[in-house]
Amino acid sequence: MATQQTQVLGRTLLAPAVVLLFIWMIVPLAMTIYFSTLHYSLLDPGTESFVGLENFRYFLTDPAFLTSLQNTLVLVGSVLAITIFLGTPLALLLDQPVIGRNIVRLMVIAPFFVMPTVSALVWKNLLMHPVSGLFAWIAKLFGATPIDWFTDAPLLAVILIVAWQWLPFATLILLTALQSQDEEQKEAAEMDGASALSRFIYLTLPHLARPITVVILIETIFLLTVFAEIFVTTGGGPGLRTTNIAFLIYSQALIQFDVGNASAGGLVAVVIANIVAFFLVRIIGRNLET
Amino acid sequence: MARKVTSRHVVVSTAAAWLFGFLIFLPILWMVLTSFKTELDAFAMPPKFLLFHWTMENYATVQSRSDYLHHALNSIMIAGGSTLIAMLIAVPAAWSMAFAPTKRTKDVLLWMLSTKMMPPVGVLVPIYLIYRDFGLLDTRAGLILILCLGNLPIVIWMLFTYFKEIPKDILEAARMDGATIGRELVYVLTPMAVPGLASTLLLNFILAWNEAFWTLNLSTLDAAPLTVFIASYSSPEGLFWAKLSAASTLAIAPIVILGWFTQRQLVRGLTFGAVK
Repeated sequence: MATQQTQVLGRTLLAPAVVLLFIWMIVPLAMTIYFSTLHYSLLDPGTESFVGLENFRYFLTDPAFLTSLQNTLVLVGSVLAITIFLGTPLALLLDQPVIGRNIVRLMVIAPFFVMPTVSALVWKNLLMHPVSGLFAWIAKLFGATPIDWFTDAPLLAVILIVAWQWLPFATLILLTALQSQDEEQKEAAEMDGASALSRFIYLTLPHLARPITVVILIETIFLLTVFAEIFVTTGGGPGLRTTNIAFLIYSQALIQFDVGNASAGGLVAVVIANIVAFFLVRIIGRNLET
Repeated sequence: MARKVTSRHVVVSTAAAWLFGFLIFLPILWMVLTSFKTELDAFAMPPKFLLFHWTMENYATVQSRSDYLHHALNSIMIAGGSTLIAMLIAVPAAWSMAFAPTKRTKDVLLWMLSTKMMPPVGVLVPIYLIYRDFGLLDTRAGLILILCLGNLPIVIWMLFTYFKEIPKDILEAARMDGATIGRELVYVLTPMAVPGLASTLLLNFILAWNEAFWTLNLSTLDAAPLTVFIASYSSPEGLFWAKLSAASTLAIAPIVILGWFTQRQLVRGLTFGAVK
């Protein structure tokens, strides 16, 4: 259908976007690769020298790397688990006949639109403060000792904040998927005497398999680089207890000014993200008929 | 659709849904309440829920002591500017891929998507150095540029999925009637594309407004948007909860309200069409 004229026009219109994204992708990445092979400190300019893979050896054998890798995995894994295991029942609940469903939906979705620095500081102070926080008051109501979140369980505190921000995302996507489920199929199963539980296991769950996969992959990509929440609450501490890979690279680059080492770390982060991205792009590509 | 629904079922699910909705919304509600308290009441134990001395003082203090409006204006200009520029680049690109697809269109789309998956921290060092050398640190232009590039793939994708849904028959009919491409664009395509354009604009404005990696790392004061302004409350100096709450409420209120209008587009925009 496309004439030659539209073909040419099409390419011309596409070009600016492609060129810009290409530069955006290639130039910084090439520079990161280049820097990662240098001994390069901003505190000591003019002394750059080629050191091969030394920075990678240093970064990967640094105990801080293993700690922050572990923190990253715990953070991503816990937030995924919380958002999926709470988001699925919540979506099922919102799919039921609920009076005032639209208002409930608004309340559930709201946290997603709150900027990360606000969520983090409101949780840290108003809710999790060991003396005057709302959680401390609730703990005392039940006769328990309030938890000093950012001293005793700092990583858990960060996990809860981030999970609160992403729960709406999982819920909303799963709810959207539920609403596209074939009602007649469910009715037929009901008439044939299938119980609610078996309808859920054999009809709803398979229907949700793909949206759940999508939620897991997209959340993983964003959760691998959680930054602002850590930046404003713990600054990676106490010690390294809440330092994830993203924060470790940030502190090497802009606190210790070690460009070479931070670049090597950056490439490690890129590789980890690409493994996830590979699967996500395949799923999306399968869904795309052009 | 006529599933039998007992009234007990409705009562139970309504109660449960409201309970969970309320719990999830509670931190925001608590923040808004705190913003109307005095600093002393904000810190009170046991907490004061509704019976406290309501005051607007914090809102006035936030502006007079820290120039809230300056940062709000930065947020508006950075989020708005980056979204508009991204739209200018994305509309032609999405149009071309939706209406004049080639064999490689699918690969181009997926490649664009993959640029979004690059962790920003992986390119923090070079971007920081480039910005330093070109004097772009702590400038609005610098933040507009980086947020524009960062969101461009999402903008193109969203527009593409909307444009794909415009029936091609209508275009062919217009062409049969002798419409040129220019007329086709103005009279046929644009009116049909307006809802899609509007929701893309809105969602990306929200994403840029809340972006907190580049804004925290590349701006400090002059160009600092609200994300950075709020972060400055993280160093505790005296009693500040009520002021923090007031500043936070101001920073999120407009965007949460806008966000509520974009719920459905959110799913489409953030899953790249993988969930409809």
